[in-house]
Amino acid sequence: MLPLFVAIPLGVGFLLPLIEEFRERTRLFAVTVLLETGLLLALSLVKFGEKSIYRLGGWPPPIGINYVLDGLSSLVLVVISGIAFVTVLFAMTYMSKYENLGKFYGLFSLMLAGMYGVALTGDVFNMYVYLEVAAISSYALVGFNRGAEELEASFKYLIMGAVGSVFILLGIAFLYGSVGSLNIADISVRVSEVSDQSFILLSTALFIVGFGLKAAFIPFHSWLPDAHSSAPTPISAMLSGVLIKVLGVYALSRILFNGLNLPSLTPQLLTWIGAGSMFIGGMIALGQNDLKRLLAYSSISQMGYITLGLGMGGIFISQGKPAIATLALIGGLFHLVNHATYKSLLFLFSGGVERIFGTRDLSKIGGITRVSPVSGATGTIGTLSISGVPPFNGFWSKLVIVIAAIWGGLYPIAGIVLFTSAITLAYYLKVQRELFLGEVVGEIADKGKISPGIYVPLLILAICCIGLGLLYLPEIRGIVLKPAALALQEGSEYTQLVLGL
Amino acid sequence: MSGMSPIVKTVTRWVSPFILAFGIYIALTGHLTPGGGFPGGVIIAGCFVLLTLAYGKEKVDGVFSLKSASVTDSLASLSFLCMGLLGYVFGRGFLNNFIQSGFPGKAFELLSGGNMPIINVAIGFKVGGSLFVVFAYLALFRAIEEE
Repeated sequence: MLPLFVAIPLGVGFLLPLIEEFRERTRLFAVTVLLETGLLLALSLVKFGEKSIYRLGGWPPPIGINYVLDGLSSLVLVVISGIAFVTVLFAMTYMSKYENLGKFYGLFSLMLAGMYGVALTGDVFNMYVYLEVAAISSYALVGFNRGAEELEASFKYLIMGAVGSVFILLGIAFLYGSVGSLNIADISVRVSEVSDQSFILLSTALFIVGFGLKAAFIPFHSWLPDAHSSAPTPISAMLSGVLIKVLGVYALSRILFNGLNLPSLTPQLLTWIGAGSMFIGGMIALGQNDLKRLLAYSSISQMGYITLGLGMGGIFISQGKPAIATLALIGGLFHLVNHATYKSLLFLFSGGVERIFGTRDLSKIGGITRVSPVSGATGTIGTLSISGVPPFNGFWSKLVIVIAAIWGGLYPIAGIVLFTSAITLAYYLKVQRELFLGEVVGEIADKGKISPGIYVPLLILAICCIGLGLLYLPEIRGIVLKPAALALQEGSEYTQLVLGL
Repeated sequence: MSGMSPIVKTVTRWVSPFILAFGIYIALTGHLTPGGGFPGGVIIAGCFVLLTLAYGKEKVDGVFSLKSASVTDSLASLSFLCMGLLGYVFGRGFLNNFIQSGFPGKAFELLSGGNMPIINVAIGFKVGGSLFVVFAYLALFRAIEEE
């Protein structure tokens, strides 16, 4: 069943442009993609928690490509499908006036196929191929509006993404040269037997830079604010909500934790890269006046939390503190799920704001709660969750990360997390003051009416923001997040699943 | 007059059928000799690129238009996917070689590879179509720039 996750979006992705060559059927395209994402969401929920592998073409693992479904990939599948479904629901109304929608939805489906492939595959080179499928479709989607600014952002993203891909490909080449296998589970068995570890270290460094470019860690982040703020709104939500996580953090941690068995010093490096991204991204976001750019810098900052959680997990694993390591990994993955929900909520909300006022400049607009109470409320929930205000989900994942840092004795890290949390609150309070509260400022285009097609997806995501806080409860956490954390922590479990050793 | 000089045109007219045939050969025998769908498709696209350069794109548009290249591209990828999904129909899983009975097939025998030749042909069409689309769009933008 697992190849269907790739096959369905791939089929839709090629079918829609084919139909468009003969007839422009906007409604049909949107409904097809909605059905597709709905089906995939149902499939990923049915498959959730299952542990299985699929041998592509019937070839056994070290030679053939295999798809692996374990705790981590099933969590990521649900996140991808859920956000994609809501985004398409939003795009049905939001994008309906655009042209070439067959190509838009086709590229969207191809991007989905690439992400599902990265999430499922157990082969490093196959992962690279899917990564390129997702990345190249996203380059095209960023420039979809074809304005000068959009094309510039798209080109910048293309160049930076291509450099990142080359680093990853080089890393794979060195790894294959020294280990002699491309299967992640097989690599983890063979990697300790390699006599000359220097090539392994080199490829680890290349992977961190390459995937770091895809995930926009702080020295490699310069493309992200342009790309994520110029893309059409549903695509911004997909890019910030899912793509950077799957292509960057998920792929990197899969290779580092499950494949290379955490080479020494990499967890420390990841932790400090995470802390740096978190802090610097937050500081830059503080000075932004364009709503979408602010959200994009905030994405860099929030990705820092996820990386930091995973890196700390790695540190505790190497220190021999498995219980705290699990907690730190759970914190990182919990934050991944949370950030996917509230960041896509906020990006979709910013699209709604742009519809109402015709601009995203925070100094020129205000009083959205008076114009459209429902979308104002959802936006408030989004900003409160991302700043970590107690009843909402963002608070709980940050709490888990801080608890793990303190229990593990990494007090400076805990301090940075808390301080960045305060910065996050500060710049979202700025958004609150400028955009939500007070009198209506700015010209209201479209009579300020927001149709249900726009606010229903926002409402769904806002409810998720409140409901996902429940994942903090140990019972629910044990079912949803713990298997995912253990999949990273217990490398032998993964090897056993794939190779049957 | 569009296109290049009569010398180039004549040489192209002589050479291009052979290039096309070579591309088809590479794609068709990909499972037996070095090559395969991708290199074959690149050579096929190269043939049409050469024709476009020599004769101008108006002339080639009558033979292999942008639209038909794009349709070829999509249809070929869909047929590749169908070959993969047919594995399910025959109960042997995605992309399984459900036609071939024994492994390995006979050396240098075209039909001993099961579904490999079919998949290679699909890839050949896909790569040929999409590479030509990329080239044609670049030529199109160039033409707009020059106007």
